[in-house]
This record gives sequence, structure tokens and C-alpha cells, in this order.
Amino acid sequence: MLPDEHLFRREAGRMVSALTRMLGVRNLALAEDAVQDAFCRAMEVWKFGGLPDNPSAWLMATARNRALDLLRRERGEQALAPELGRLREVGVAQDCDPEEPLEDDQLRMMFSCCHPRLPEEAQIALVLQILCGFGVAEIAAAFLDSPAAVEKRLVRAKKVLAGSTRLFDLAQPAELRERLPAVQRALYLLFNEGYHGACSESAVRVELTDEALRLARLLLVHPQAGTPAAHALAALMCLHAARMPGRYDSAGEPCPLFEQDRSRWNARLLSEGLELLDRAATGDELSEYHLEAGIAAVHAAARRPEETRWAEIVPLYDALLGIRPSPVVALGRAIAIAELEGAERGLAELRTIEGRERLSAYPFYPAAFGEFELRAGRPAAAREHFRRARALARNPAERSFLEQRLLDCEGGLAADERGASSGR
Amino acid sequence: MSEYVFLYRSSESSQREAMGTPQRAQQSMEKWRAWLNDLAARGHVKNPGLPLERSGKVVSGKQRLVTDGPFAEKDVVGGFTLIEARDVAQAAELAGGCPVLEGGGHVEVRPVLKMEL
Repeated sequence: MLPDEHLFRREAGRMVSALTRMLGVRNLALAEDAVQDAFCRAMEVWKFGGLPDNPSAWLMATARNRALDLLRRERGEQALAPELGRLREVGVAQDCDPEEPLEDDQLRMMFSCCHPRLPEEAQIALVLQILCGFGVAEIAAAFLDSPAAVEKRLVRAKKVLAGSTRLFDLAQPAELRERLPAVQRALYLLFNEGYHGACSESAVRVELTDEALRLARLLLVHPQAGTPAAHALAALMCLHAARMPGRYDSAGEPCPLFEQDRSRWNARLLSEGLELLDRAATGDELSEYHLEAGIAAVHAAARRPEETRWAEIVPLYDALLGIRPSPVVALGRAIAIAELEGAERGLAELRTIEGRERLSAYPFYPAAFGEFELRAGRPAAAREHFRRARALARNPAERSFLEQRLLDCEGGLAADERGASSGR
Repeated sequence: MSEYVFLYRSSESSQREAMGTPQRAQQSMEKWRAWLNDLAARGHVKNPGLPLERSGKVVSGKQRLVTDGPFAEKDVVGGFTLIEARDVAQAAELAGGCPVLEGGGHVEVRPVLKMEL
């Protein structure tokens, strides 16, 4: 067995990035073909014999040779002088150290994928395909999109990419600063898709969050890309990812934050997240990522849900709403206010969320109403809200969670009736 | 115990399908390795064999006509393994676990002719 079940997928991003730097963006498709062929070859050869000592170096060398073959076939030997030179040059360095030159290639590729002329969803699709080695079907599954739509998006995006004559040059600080927010945003969305997304397959979701975190950590290594906001972004990913083991109970049912067994949270990720957040506090910049990571850090600090310092969370949400006004953020704020000041205040906040019509398909909006009504002792009203939420559930896990809440309402109603009849 | 050769046959399109993405390629490889390792652990593998390129040259007839081929789109032999089994029925049963079958491929199970009478 390979040490890492995602080795091929991870290597794909490194290999395509390295080959594309050597061959130029216009040869992106060729680089992708060469990498795919290298995997085919690896699978054919490795399945009969043992694995090579250094699978990564073997794959890279094979992909490089394959790229040479493809180029030769395309253009004939003479026309290739510059690319061949570069491929051979890097080939030697490659044999010495398979790790070294590649991190920067991936960073370059990341910044290239976040081309300002591309819509966000295209940027994310590109990152997933080129840097994370996801196939079209996998991307489609993760975003509940049709493979045809994803394919189309990627083809269009790659045309734009190929039109930019060179790979984004990390040596240009001004350009880098300009694109950094888009890169951070794409990684943030990628992480969120894994963390909160609609895809029901938890394996897919863990991969998305892992990949987002891996790429976010890459940003930190670079002197210009490792800004305080980038540290805050990585911090918030760590702090959220740390909670993933607790999000499902032993029976595989989803478990809300306040009911999770917090001893199952990943201590290593929690401390990494807190450390990153400390380092994010060095500048005078307060980004949305700082605030979200701050909220996650308050949750992380509470050993039990009752110990959560809601009084610290509410102002963080207030500030977040100021930077990024969004109904989902407002929903989070309303929940925090309900915890701090009671269910009736929470309900009042829910009713006045700005842009709440955009939450009309989001199951956790009616579910929050249900929760607060239930807490306020009105199970009949709560049941109506949870029914509406259940109709909006996007996957079996959400549905089963909401079914459970409906049962809680029934329990409350039965208790009311018993209370009423005994009081008669 | 008798010897058998497993010939793995698949079409190029099914092979491409098996490794459409890096993840699938790796999973497919792991399946093969797990299957062959399991056969070896049970003492059935005389020689794990070798993979073959999907195309090369075909030399035909008295004229020694050399052509390209076999044609990749057809089912071609992509590798072989030398197996030991009690009888052909057991060999066929062992072949039933081969991952090539999942992509619609075939395993030819061919007894090796014995020298001794």
C-alpha cells in the first residue's frame, strides 16, 4: 500500500503545476495529459511489481518524459529547443530533491487559477481540477452540479487561462497583492463547500476541507502571500476542521455543535489553529477571516457548551456583519444572541435578518425558528418550522437530523397535552 | 498443482475509464495489488508477471509483414501472471477476483501444457 491513499491526487497538482511552469500556460492541456499518462503507467507497472523507492520522484520523471514525447509528436524535435532545455534542466534538479521547487509552482498555479476575469465558481473548479487532481465527476458531485456544466465551466476557464501569456509571476509583489484576496476567497469557499456543503458523502467533504487547508498552508510559506489574513484563514480552517470528528455521533448521525462530544475534537488542529490565530494578530489588518477564526476560537475554548462565552461571540458577529453583510452571517449572529439573551430575542433577530429572502432554500433558517420556538415552550409552532426545514433538507444526514427535531416537538406536544389533561 | 497463465484483456476505453482521475487510478492500482498480494499469500502466484504496452508491432505470415498493432481500441492483452492452482476450475475461481473484470475486461485462464507425460 502507498503511504497516502490520496498520493496520486496530491501529486497531480504538483506535477501539472511544475510542467506548466516549464512549458508555459498554453501547454496546460499537454501537461495534464502527460500527468494522466504517468498515472496510467504507474498503475500498470506498480500493480505487478513493487513500488519504487520514491513514488513521487518516479511519477514526476515519468510525466516529464511523457511531456517530451507529446511535444515531440506535436512539433518535431527542432521547434522544441527552449522547452526541452527547461524540462531537462528541471529534470536534474527533480532527481536531487523532489520536494523543493514544487511548492512555489503550486502557489503560482493557485494565483493563476484565480484570474480576475474568472467567476468564483470557475476559479474553484480550476483549483480543484488542476491543483487537487479532482475529476469532473468528483467536482460535480461536490457541488451538486451536472458533470456537463462543470466540464463547460472548466473548458471556458482554461481558455481564459491559456490567453494569459504567462503563469502568474510570484516575483511581482503588486500583482500578487492584487490577487491574494481572490485566492483566499477561493480557498475559503472550497473549505466551506466541504464543511457546510450540500454533498452528502462525508468522504468527499473531508477531502475538500483537507485540500483547502493544504493549499492555505502553502500560502503561509511565501513571504508576501503569508499575510495576517492568510494566517487567519488557515486558523479558521484548522479550528473548524478540528471539530469534524465530533460532527457525527457514533451511529453516523449528524450532531449539532452544542451536542457534540468535545473530547473527540482534534487537539492537534485546535492548537495549530490557535497558534495561527496568534500569528494572524501581528498586523493592523482585521479581515473577515480573523473574525470567523475568532468565533471558532471561542467555541474551541469552551470545554462544555454551557461554558461558551457568548458575550464574546456576539460582538465578533457584529463586526463580521459589518465587513461581510450576508444573511448567513446574520443567522449565526441571531443564534448567538438567542444563546446570550434568550429565545424571544433570537426570534426577533431572525425575523429582521436583512436579505432573509435569500435564505428561503436554506434548511437551517426555518430550523433556527423551530429551535427557538421549542425553547420558548411552543412546540406546535416549532413543529411547523421544522417541517418546512425538513422539506428543504439537501441530503439524508440533514433530513435525519431534522426528523429528530420533529420527534422532539412531538415529545413536547405530548407533554403539553398530559399537562393540560392533568390540570383539568 | 498445475500451472496456469492469466492473460488480462481489456479495451483502451475501459482502461481509461478505470483511471479517469488520479484518485481512481490509485484505487485501481491498490485493488490490483491487494488482489495479487492475496493470491501470493495463499501460495498461488508462481510469477507475478509483467505489464505490456498496449501496442507494438505484429509480424504476419510467410511474408513477415510488419504492421502496427494490435489496435488499442480492441481488447488487448495488458499483462500476464503465472498462477498455480489445483485445477482449471480453481484457477477460474481465483481469476474471478481480478479488478480488470470491474471495467468490463476479461481474464483468459490458460493451462500451461505440461512437459512430463
